[in-house]
Amino acid sequence: MAENETKPSACCACGTAPKLIFSCSGAADVGHVSDLAARKLTREGAGKMFCLAGIGGRVSGILQTTKAASKILAIDGCPLDCTRKSLEEADIQEFEHLRLTDLGMEKGQTPVNDESVEKVVTASQKRLAC
Amino acid sequence: MKLVQILGTGCAKCEKLKHNAEQAVSQAGVEAMVEKITDINVITGFGVMMTPALAIDGEVKSVGKLLSPEEIQELLA
Repeated sequence: MAENETKPSACCACGTAPKLIFSCSGAADVGHVSDLAARKLTREGAGKMFCLAGIGGRVSGILQTTKAASKILAIDGCPLDCTRKSLEEADIQEFEHLRLTDLGMEKGQTPVNDESVEKVVTASQKRLAC
Repeated sequence: MKLVQILGTGCAKCEKLKHNAEQAVSQAGVEAMVEKITDINVITGFGVMMTPALAIDGEVKSVGKLLSPEEIQELLA
């Protein structure tokens, strides 16, 4: 498995419910950064990246797991807010939201590098911590 | 016949959920088979990241909860 891949794992509810992270993972540079940040947050243990496509596809296991999460972070690259809207359309209303353009990143003008990813990771950690 | 699947790696809550599912099937009088799944790869294949979970005919109905026999009966209806 490549170093930057996230590995799905299940935890027992006898412990704490997981914090889940959804990123838009869109085609634009900001979508790419959102994806890399979500994977880094997962590797660092801040939460677990989960599949936004499963929300859109109404995959029952993914929907029910999301509804049981202790916290949800939605990361959107741009103001189209695809992550936020996908969650809301699936009747998931309680979550933290982070938009990369609100961090000063411009769609089409954002370098996909460690500095951009770290900026998103830092902002995400604050939202996942509280 | 309905298929009730209990997804869990074998902790006390998972065992209790299986027991409650069997009780629900018996009380509801429906034709159903209760199956326990402990393989973590199969569990994550459902999209489930937290156990215990309960699926009926392949659709996950509950995650991270110990449902009562009455709650399971409602799902079977």
